[in-house]
Amino acid sequence: MTKYQKRKWVNGVALTLSLSAMAFGLFWLAWILWEIIRLGVGGLSVAVFTEMTPAPNDAGGLANAIYGSGVMVLLATFVGTPIGIFAGIYLAEFGEKTWLGSITRFVNDILLSAPSIVIGLFIYTLVVARFKSFSAIAGVLALALIVIPVVIRTTENMLRLVPNALREAAYALGTPQRKVILSITLRSARAGVVTGILLAVARIAGETAPLLFTALSNQFWSSDITQPMASLPVTIFKFAMSPYENWQKLAWAGVFIITMFVLGLNVLARWMTRTK
Amino acid sequence: MIFLSSRIADRLFAFAAKAAAVLTLTMLAGILLSLLLGAWPAIHQFGWHFFTSTVWDPVQNNYGGLVMIYGTLTTSILALLIAVPVSFGIAVFLTELAPNWLKRPLGTAIELLAAIPSIVYGMWGLLVLGPVLASHVQQPLQKLLSGVPILASLVSGPPVGIGIFSAGVILAIMIIPFIASVMRDVFEVTPALLKESAYGLGATTWEVVSTVVLPYTKTGVMGGVMLGLGRALGETMAVTFVIGNMNQLQSLSVFEAANSITSALANEFAEAGEGLHQASLIYLGLVLFVITTLVLAISKILLAQLKKREGKAA
Repeated sequence: MTKYQKRKWVNGVALTLSLSAMAFGLFWLAWILWEIIRLGVGGLSVAVFTEMTPAPNDAGGLANAIYGSGVMVLLATFVGTPIGIFAGIYLAEFGEKTWLGSITRFVNDILLSAPSIVIGLFIYTLVVARFKSFSAIAGVLALALIVIPVVIRTTENMLRLVPNALREAAYALGTPQRKVILSITLRSARAGVVTGILLAVARIAGETAPLLFTALSNQFWSSDITQPMASLPVTIFKFAMSPYENWQKLAWAGVFIITMFVLGLNVLARWMTRTK
Repeated sequence: MIFLSSRIADRLFAFAAKAAAVLTLTMLAGILLSLLLGAWPAIHQFGWHFFTSTVWDPVQNNYGGLVMIYGTLTTSILALLIAVPVSFGIAVFLTELAPNWLKRPLGTAIELLAAIPSIVYGMWGLLVLGPVLASHVQQPLQKLLSGVPILASLVSGPPVGIGIFSAGVILAIMIIPFIASVMRDVFEVTPALLKESAYGLGATTWEVVSTVVLPYTKTGVMGGVMLGLGRALGETMAVTFVIGNMNQLQSLSVFEAANSITSALANEFAEAGEGLHQASLIYLGLVLFVITTLVLAISKILLAQLKKREGKAA
């Protein structure tokens, strides 16, 4: 084999391996989605959305878990988003080159990938241990702490994309700084910021670990946020690990609902930044 | 008067923004401090011995974390062994091989792997993947290696699809999108001029990747690998489902039920009584948080270095 042939051969092998790596990645996505649809659709029924979580070997649904997840995700988004947007504004508009700005950016990137179960531990020691009770409020706080870094990251990135000429034009007209930021830069980065919020919602909707010892779970319908509250991920965890067939079936239905919701939000978020 | 109040409002606004940033900063310190305080009784009682002891006995109130720390490290390393080459292949495919119209949809598909909640991976891993791994990987391996000293004991165990190997495989699938997308992004910052020069001299695609792109981006690639490692170390639910939650180190087989820091926390913490049991679990959480924070900080520094060089080149 000549040297030239050998080089061609090595190249061919490397590129084939690269192609198979791509196929390997797609294979898992396809397999997981296929199983979720196959096993999840079978468990779906109207009762899943209207009835409470049942006892083992009893009929029921996931209504209280879906409601609990909805309440906690919504509240966490309301608590976390403003803090995230403000901190993102600080990083992009005030502290771009300051010491505080760079260290906050660094720490935020670490928090973005920090183990979510540790955030649950943090809220446990801060809230649950102090008030001697598991509660939906603690769950909301844990989820909010996960929302904040996601929103900070996207807000900062999106604000940086706004051309400086726009800011300068507004300042030249004598606009006060807060108005420049709120009604010029933030507004022109709106689609991107909303994308960040959607991604944060998608992230916390599936989070289980931070809820395990904050919101705990609840077999019944509860709208009292000072009490333990059921959530879809924690219920799935409990049901999937059980030997009861009806619980496992409900868990698959829950997995189907959560996955479709989360993937739907992700696709929507991508589509929003694309059209921009 | 109007000017004055407007200036005050501006100040307030700037203050609110700064306060939000400081709040984020204190979050990290707060987590560290609260874990340290919560773990204090266990730190005081067991000290460094905690890292070498395999005893985890709530009845005798004696705790050591070696089993969980070992489980967390081995599952994550196994995950890296699988995920790094695959992610590299995917990144090469997305940057050098795929036609332009395919780049975006394929990239999105890989990123969607990262969006699937970990509880979904866990349930799928336990009920679908585990049994397949047991019958198609473990049993052939056991047949192949039976009689070989050491190696046979590494694959022993009942074929139920639970243990370090299953956890490692699932973690690998979960971190592939993170590593692959960092690698793709850093490959894309390689100046086109460099690549085109190499192609102009007659280099093959593989030669361009291995001798131009990879050396230019190696700090960024390492940053991506560290990010993946940080993710794998802290992953909870997927591991909790498949690792088996057994505190044992008698058998080092990758197919034997084991335990990890995160799954010990997920399974025991809510039921643990206050006192030494809880403090020991928080101690484990502290160890996990310190390790992941260090790993992620290294990842961030490596990625920042590449960016700095990119700025100089431009």
